[in-house]
Amino acid sequence: MFLKDYFGTIFKSIKSLLTGMRKTGYYFTHPKEILTEEYPDNRATLKMFDRFKGEVTMPHNENNEHRCTGCQACEIACPNGTIKIITKQEIKEDGKKKKAIEAFVYHLELCTLCNNCITSCPSDAIVMAQTYEHSVYDKTQLKKILNKPGSKIMEGVE
Amino acid sequence: MNQLLEISFSSLASSIHSWLSSAIANATILNVVEMAIAGVCLLVFLVPLCFVLGYMERKVAAFMQLRLGPNRVGPKGTLQIVADTVKLIFKEGLTPNASDKFLFNLAPIIVVVVSMLVMAPIAFAKNFQLWDLNIGVLYVTSISSIAVIGILMAGWSSYNKYSLLGAMRSGAQIVSYELSVGLSIISIVIMTGSLKISDIVMSQADGWWIFKGHLPIFISFVIFVIASTAEINRAPFDLSEAEQELTGGFHTEYSGMKFAMFLLAEYINLFVVSAMAATLFLGGWMPFHIGHWEAFNHIMDFIPSSLWFLGKTFAIIFIIMQFRWTFPRLRVDQLLNLEWKYLLPISMVNIILVTIMAIMGWYL
Ligand code: SF4
Ligand code: SF4
Repeated sequence: MFLKDYFGTIFKSIKSLLTGMRKTGYYFTHPKEILTEEYPDNRATLKMFDRFKGEVTMPHNENNEHRCTGCQACEIACPNGTIKIITKQEIKEDGKKKKAIEAFVYHLELCTLCNNCITSCPSDAIVMAQTYEHSVYDKTQLKKILNKPGSKIMEGVE
Repeated sequence: MNQLLEISFSSLASSIHSWLSSAIANATILNVVEMAIAGVCLLVFLVPLCFVLGYMERKVAAFMQLRLGPNRVGPKGTLQIVADTVKLIFKEGLTPNASDKFLFNLAPIIVVVVSMLVMAPIAFAKNFQLWDLNIGVLYVTSISSIAVIGILMAGWSSYNKYSLLGAMRSGAQIVSYELSVGLSIISIVIMTGSLKISDIVMSQADGWWIFKGHLPIFISFVIFVIASTAEINRAPFDLSEAEQELTGGFHTEYSGMKFAMFLLAEYINLFVVSAMAATLFLGGWMPFHIGHWEAFNHIMDFIPSSLWFLGKTFAIIFIIMQFRWTFPRLRVDQLLNLEWKYLLPISMVNIILVTIMAIMGWYL
């Protein structure tokens, strides 16, 4: 019984070690499998994965309209105060007052790219961009106003 | 063709010898001069060898981990290791304040000197050997175990808990694995009946021991490779320098050139161990011969013996490198279990089998 266990252990371990060596041997002889991206050289062709999160952006359509209602749900959802929504009161044609955004301030240097703001937005106004070259010489350049100047809210978004 | 074949390392060595002995009459001075030449040749061979091994290790590691490895400095990154050496030379060699300065500075020298001493009896090519002493195998095993003193010295004198732990582990490891290495070497000695390296190589003229010796010799070959990987402190047995636990182990406190010497010693040891495995089990410089197939054997003889030796050595180096980049590191208890519960009993039984085979003449 003891001997059976003893030799069983030896054969099992030799088998598993050989399995490992076959894997590395396969990788060694198949350079096509290499995953390395030679980054600065392949900048033109480098494509990020769909789920890659680069920075928060607010898409605008061709009439310079965005979908943000200024509800501040993203500001509340953000765990580290990256977003600051500055709102204003707009008077519509029919005389009603309506809340709108003055500025959507986003501090990229504070953002952990956790995606909470995107999922909490009720009107899908913000999305993650796939950009990745964010280095700047001065951190004030990382503070961004996401709504473009002169933009307004899209028709029909409440 | 004959002209071409005559240009070999052995003829080069003997012509240098005859030229020197005609120039220098005094036998003692002649000896000293020849020793100096041999030493310089060894250094000239070893430093590029370490560059090659360093480059090879990085490339092998990279390809096995689906990376590219060094590929910026020089064509395909070949000059990266030169750049690293220059960087190490310019670094400051710190000596910790509380350390034992004398031992601290002596340790890397001992480690390197020991690994170079072991090169002496290795047969690089046909009739080309620095020192063909009649106890060559014993010399290699005994000198190579001095290296542990250098490692213990480095760990003790650094005045650092990590270094000390690493050195202690390395001591336990080398002392135990020495046994298996010795026993598997003995199995070849039993077969050959000689401790002389040139005899061992010559005994494989009609087939390498790994083929002639059937299963028992194959088992001792495997045990030799495993145990000597442990003896030179390479992963998966690199407990003495386990980066994750010991921040470098016995060479934690070393920097600059003194660190480079440990690195140099590691690569020389790797080469020596592989060369020994090639000599004992794969026939050293002996070309691949099959029994009495004269024509086939003759064709194989056309490949120079130094190429055979280097080819076999690098094949084994590659296998040891593949160990390193495939297997996870063992724990201390697993390490000692492997030696005392598996390798040692198996090699003891194996020795008995080999002895029976040798007595009965059950080999080709
Ligand atoms: S991704 Fe996370 S951290 Fe960044 S702005 Fe959105 S909620 Fe804040
Ligand atoms: S981005 Fe979305 S969640 Fe944030 S204020 Fe605008 S509408 Fe509300």
